[in-house]
Parts: sequence; structure tokens; C-alpha cells
Amino acid sequence: MSNLTEIRWHGRGGQGAKTAALLLADVAFQTGKYVQGFPEYGPERMGAPITAYNRISDEKIRVHSNIYDPQYVVVVDESLLEAVDVTAGLKKDGAILVNTQRTKEEIIPHLKGYEGKVYIIDAKKVSLAAMGKYFPNTPLLAAIVKVAGIMDEETFLREMKASFSHKFASKPEVIDGNMKALEMALKEVH
Amino acid sequence: MAKRDRLSGNEAVAIALRQINPDVFPAFPITPSTEIPQYFASFVANGQVDTEFIPVESEHSSMSAAIGAEAAGARSLTATSSCGLAYMWEELYIAASNRLPLALALVNRALSGPININCDHSDSMGARDAGWIQIYAENNQEAYDNMVQAYRIAEHKDVRLPIMICQDGFITSHAVENIELLDDADVKGFVGEYEPENYLLNPECPMAVGPYSITDYYMEAKRNQAEGMKNAGRVVLEVAKEFAQISGREYGLFEEYCMEDAERAVVIIGSAAGTTKDAIDRLRAQGEKVGMVKIRLYRPFPAEEIAGALKNVKAVAIMDRAEGYTNHGGPLGADVMAALYRARANAFAVNYVYGLGGRDVRVEDVESIYADLKQVIEDGDAGETYRYLGIRE
Repeated sequence: MSNLTEIRWHGRGGQGAKTAALLLADVAFQTGKYVQGFPEYGPERMGAPITAYNRISDEKIRVHSNIYDPQYVVVVDESLLEAVDVTAGLKKDGAILVNTQRTKEEIIPHLKGYEGKVYIIDAKKVSLAAMGKYFPNTPLLAAIVKVAGIMDEETFLREMKASFSHKFASKPEVIDGNMKALEMALKEVH
Repeated sequence: MAKRDRLSGNEAVAIALRQINPDVFPAFPITPSTEIPQYFASFVANGQVDTEFIPVESEHSSMSAAIGAEAAGARSLTATSSCGLAYMWEELYIAASNRLPLALALVNRALSGPININCDHSDSMGARDAGWIQIYAENNQEAYDNMVQAYRIAEHKDVRLPIMICQDGFITSHAVENIELLDDADVKGFVGEYEPENYLLNPECPMAVGPYSITDYYMEAKRNQAEGMKNAGRVVLEVAKEFAQISGREYGLFEEYCMEDAERAVVIIGSAAGTTKDAIDRLRAQGEKVGMVKIRLYRPFPAEEIAGALKNVKAVAIMDRAEGYTNHGGPLGADVMAALYRARANAFAVNYVYGLGGRDVRVEDVESIYADLKQVIEDGDAGETYRYLGIRE
């Protein structure tokens, strides 16, 4: 299981963390991987903290538990840095990706001494510029694919285009905006 | 050609149902099973099936409508979870006693209260004595495969009983995982057309369904029902054998994992079986002789076969994802222990209640069970046989 990648998403209900986890499972599947993408359901409501998970592996995945020691954590909503122990169990040789308008230096003190790599992206800026609306999950999906090295950028963009073309078959006008958000996010994450 | 895909357990079951193209599907939504009729309704709207889809006002009605349709001669089914199944209670017995081979796609969820939407088996375990065949799945693939096999088992002339195809709420129903789907034509050919022998819409042979049975007949009717259940085990194996020919995937009454030389075993149902396999691989790498029996067919209960699979173990932990309030364990514990007693087995047996209301089961939790069993063997004493896994006292 050495090739197993485990990712934990922290978001708030309505921000699309679950959708992002499912999309990531989708795109990793397209490159021949074994995948899991699943949400952890509590009292679902807009704004409540939610968690979603991904496992990506070259081997069949049998375990059906939540992820306690992820290599990667994605924080969709930075207000969760205070409300939830987002770095719990996060591996030192992994990384955390935070959606924020602040700088990395401003974010690090809120990570409870996490010693691994820290990445940030302003998903709001990317989303508004590319789509005119705030959907943080699309930029964050691209950002985590890059941070975790799940696949090369070209393959990722090609598979996502196919996926969006299928998903938004009835409203093709949103495909370009989503693709633009992914491309921008790949450049913006740092 | 089989198709590799990635689907949630709910979508997988919905696709199996599209391929089966049943005659009647009455439905009422309840979390976490709602997606099954939701996906299926889109198949109806798109003309991919010619099923009569009936949105009803409650689960009592969805099961009643399925019973009525099945009695009329139509292949029917519904889907539900938790309190929805509880609300079907009296109808479950009506379906079984009238020998109506309808199907229920059950997505296991805790019963209230406290109110909870997550997985345990208290809903279907409560219905274990209703006269339904019950088959459980570890993952989305098994949920799909079991659904494809359901009608062949239920409609078999030696069985003629309703069948519950169960999967774990959220854990498999809402998790997207890899899956291999069969060709539509293969499923269609495998399932075949439903040709009931006796049915209400047959003008050649008028009949009554569900009339009053006086004391003089009631027991014989129930004994007949039990006979159908007795035959179900054999039919499950026959159908599985044929299914292997179209799918390449083999199923039995239960799955044995690393049982050949196992000294310690876990008996478990559902998604936690996958987690148990990972725990076994870790422990086997350290030379520990541990194994697992995963129940697929729970009703009828393959008692003799399970006792056979456990005949060489020194200690066994039986895992119940439902509380039975017997003061000595859960329903699977009672069934397995009775089977062991009848087989005059010498193994120490302990019963754990675990995973209630969606309480997560980690690989480490399962490892702790095998460690407990090691202690039992060392002590030469089972100790407390009614235990809770990972409870905060």
C-alpha cells in the first residue's frame, strides 16, 4: 500500500467539498487508479463543518474507514482553521493546502505547529475571475492535484474537460469558465 | 464486454435495476437510500426503462403497492432505509407469507433514537424474522452483483420469497469506488422474464391473495414458508454459479478470508469486512494466524456451513452492527453461537457490538479484536462474551 495517497477535505456545507472529492476520484479513475471518494455526514446544513475523503491507489482499496493520518489536507474555508483541528494526524512529509486571501506567513501560525509543507491559493479570486461566481471547489481541485502530484497537468486538464463536457451537457456555457478556473489555479497555487 | 466504471453504491444498484427493467417501482424517499429511486426516476424519464414508477406518500404505501403489483403478476421492488423499513413492518410479513418474490434495495441505517442517519444494521436485523431472504454487501461491486442475482433467487419455484439486498448506508451507498459493470444484454439474459405461475391478473385461474387463515391451516402455511427459506440457500449457490459465468466473480453463502490455518477468526457483515481484510494482511505479515468469515447470506442462516468454516479456530469474535438488548449480545452473535453449539465446537466465542450509528471502524480497531482473542486463548477463558468495540465508558 506504499503507493496509497490519502486526502482529507475540510469545508462547510454548501461549498462543494464533497463534490470536489468526488471529482478528484473521478479524474484519478480516468488515469487507471483505484479510487475512493466519500463524504462524512453529520447534521447536513449550509455552513456546518463537513469532511470528505479521497484514497487513490494502484491497488484495490478495501478499507472502509475515515482517514485519520492523511498525506494531504485541503481547507476549503479558512474560518475552519480555528473551529476544527485540520492538521490532526497530517503527515509531516505531506502538505496542507489552504484557501485564503491572506499570505502564507499569516496562515502558518494558525496550523498548530504543523511542520510539513504549506500551500495557499486564493480560490475566491480565481473563481470570480474565471467564472464570475464563487465556487471554491473547482480551483482547489486543480490545486490539490498539483500539490499532491496526482497526475501531470496536461492529463488532468484533458480529463476534466471530458468530465465537464459530460456533466454540463445541458449547460455548455459553464464549461469554459470551469476550465479557466482549473488552469488559473494550477498557476496560482504556491 | 464488462465496463470498468466508478460509482457510488446507490448509483450501482440503480444501474442494476435499469438493466433488470422491473415492471413496477413504487417509491418514497428516505436517507441514505433516496438516490436509488432518484437515479431510477431519471431512467424512467429518459425512456431507458418501461417500468411503472409510482411516487407514493409513505413507505407503508410503497411496500403495499409493491406487494399489490407483485401479486398481480408484475416484477416489482422498492427501496428504503431505517425508519422507512420500520414503517413497512406489517407489510414485510404480508409479502413473505403470500410468497411474493419482490425485491427491496435496503441501504442500512440506524433506527431512531437518538435520531441518526448513519450506518448500522439495526433496521434489517430487526426484520430478520419477517421471512425475507437477506443478502449483504461489502462494497458497491457486491451491492450491484447481489441486485443482479436477486430475482433469480427470489422467483425460483422452490423459493418464492421476497429478497432484501442490503448495503451499508453512506459507507458504500455514498462512496464512489471502482466497479465493473456487466453488459445490459448479459444482465437481461441472466435475469430473464418473470413468469409467475399464479397471479391475480390471470383470468384463466381466478385466485385470492392474503385471505384469512383459520387456526387449522395457519401452521401449515408457515411451515410451507419455512420450506421455501430452507431451499433458498441451495438456490443462492446455484444462481451464484451461473452469475460467475457471466461476470467472472464468484459468490458463496459467505466469504472466507485467510481461514485455511486461522486460529483466530472474526465473523462480520458488510463494509467493515474490507477493513478487516486489511487488518488481517497486516497481522499475517507478522506471522499471526488470523482470518475472517464475511456473511453474505444472513437469512436463511447457513449455520452448518459457518460452523464448518470455524471448526479449527481456537477463538472467534462475532461482530454485530446492531444491539439486540438480550443482555448477552446481538443477533449475529446468537446465530453463530447456536451454530457452534450444535456443531459441538470447542472454540471460545465472544460477541462485539460495534459501529452503531455510523461509528467508524478503523483497521486498528479490528487489530484490537484479534489481540483480545489472543488474550482469550492465553487465559483459556472467554471472559466477558458481550462486549462493545471502542465505546467511551
